[in-house]
Amino acid sequence: MDRAAVDTTIRSIIEPFNKKGVAITDVTTFAADLEFDSLTVMDFVAAIEDEFDIIISMNQQAEIERFGQLVDAVAAQAKG
Amino acid sequence: MSETAEKDLFSKFDEIIAVRENLLASGVEDPFSLVMERVLSPTRAVCNGRDTILLGTYNYMGMTFDPDVIQAGKDALDNFGAGTTGSRVLNGTYQGHRAVEDALKEFYAMDHAMVFSTGYQANLGIISTIAGKGDYIVLDIDSHASIWDGCKMGDAEVVPFKHNDIEAMEKRLKRIPEGAGKLVVLEGVYSMLGDIAPLAEMVKVAKDNGAMVLVDEAHSMGFIGEHGRGVCEAAGVIDQCDFIIGTFSKSVGTVGGFCVSNHPKFEIMRLVCRPYVFTASLPPSVVATAATSIRKLMHGSNKRAHLWENSKRLHGGLTALGFKLGTAEPQSAIVAVIMPDLERGAAMWEALLHEGLYVNLARPPATPANMTLLRCSLCAEHSEEEVETILGMFERAGKAVGII
Repeated sequence: MDRAAVDTTIRSIIEPFNKKGVAITDVTTFAADLEFDSLTVMDFVAAIEDEFDIIISMNQQAEIERFGQLVDAVAAQAKG
Repeated sequence: MSETAEKDLFSKFDEIIAVRENLLASGVEDPFSLVMERVLSPTRAVCNGRDTILLGTYNYMGMTFDPDVIQAGKDALDNFGAGTTGSRVLNGTYQGHRAVEDALKEFYAMDHAMVFSTGYQANLGIISTIAGKGDYIVLDIDSHASIWDGCKMGDAEVVPFKHNDIEAMEKRLKRIPEGAGKLVVLEGVYSMLGDIAPLAEMVKVAKDNGAMVLVDEAHSMGFIGEHGRGVCEAAGVIDQCDFIIGTFSKSVGTVGGFCVSNHPKFEIMRLVCRPYVFTASLPPSVVATAATSIRKLMHGSNKRAHLWENSKRLHGGLTALGFKLGTAEPQSAIVAVIMPDLERGAAMWEALLHEGLYVNLARPPATPANMTLLRCSLCAEHSEEEVETILGMFERAGKAVGII
């Protein structure tokens, strides 16, 4: 799956979590812009893991602050 | 000369300071600075000047005032002094430390037992040491702080799954790269809601996927399972649990933590586990009281039956009064009463204290799903009449605060 396809899929997964309808770009942050709390992060990460059949460990999550970083991280794992 | 302004490192706590000040401004007694002036028994104390029934101590088996336990502690103080002033691997292993490890090996029928200075350190030490770089830890999202801190201190990849969700756990195990070491971390009883884990299924899934299994049985020792070995014993999977973590600060009635295991190389942990090595060992009086208590718990079936009756009576009574509880059926000696919000939770906590009842007020981030809970933990020494008295207190307080 290429980066554009990953981007599109994540955008559809994020929709129900994006309560305020924030316009999403690669630099949108999960904590400040989307106001995700720890419970939302858990549900959102689980949804992405299940969609792409991958693991995003807590260690990786700590490095991912922005939407674009998440797309990169998922695209790197979802190559197959 | 230019000066750089000092950044106050405490500014990160401003939000929690504000929440606390708001709560106290409402006039409520501070739920987090209660003082017990005198402790009369496992179930009674004088708290903030009032005679109080204790219903939030985790003193499940009431061993804190057992005469044999107290005598063992006094004898150890006389014969071995107040403290060891040393690490277990240097001058801090006394005869009593060996004796309590022997008692644990017998209690669990396992080959190895290693005692830490607290239960927190047992999880911190074992998890951070056995799961290293390149290994994966798969754990329940509602795990205790000591488990999370053990994960954070080690170098393994940490993969949480939804609470008690067998399928979510299995999916994550199957996604781990081939050849990586895997540790599944579970708890027998989850202390916030008092619910138990489906260990029969979860341990099987973990083993089928090539993982080692660590189960924290802190809240079940002494009364769940035929020999009081925990939920893993009751579920019939204790033989497949590689490591069981426990504590002396609940049913055993003192302080300390431990890990028991049948792993043939387990003893090397004493040299490589930093929270074991780089701290002073438990005082001789503590290990003596723990060893005596553990041996008495091996024969505690009557007390165990009464504790279950107490749990059922309280759970049934609170349900009948209209309180919302953490579990539909009593699953452990913890009964969690769910509060609508922190303000009313604190008001209810205070109303109960004025009635003469102490329970734990638990709030986020320690609780799942941002809940505020009044956590009740029963003791085998609570009488049937005391449980009825407690229910009357809940009824009056609940009506006064407007929760029921």
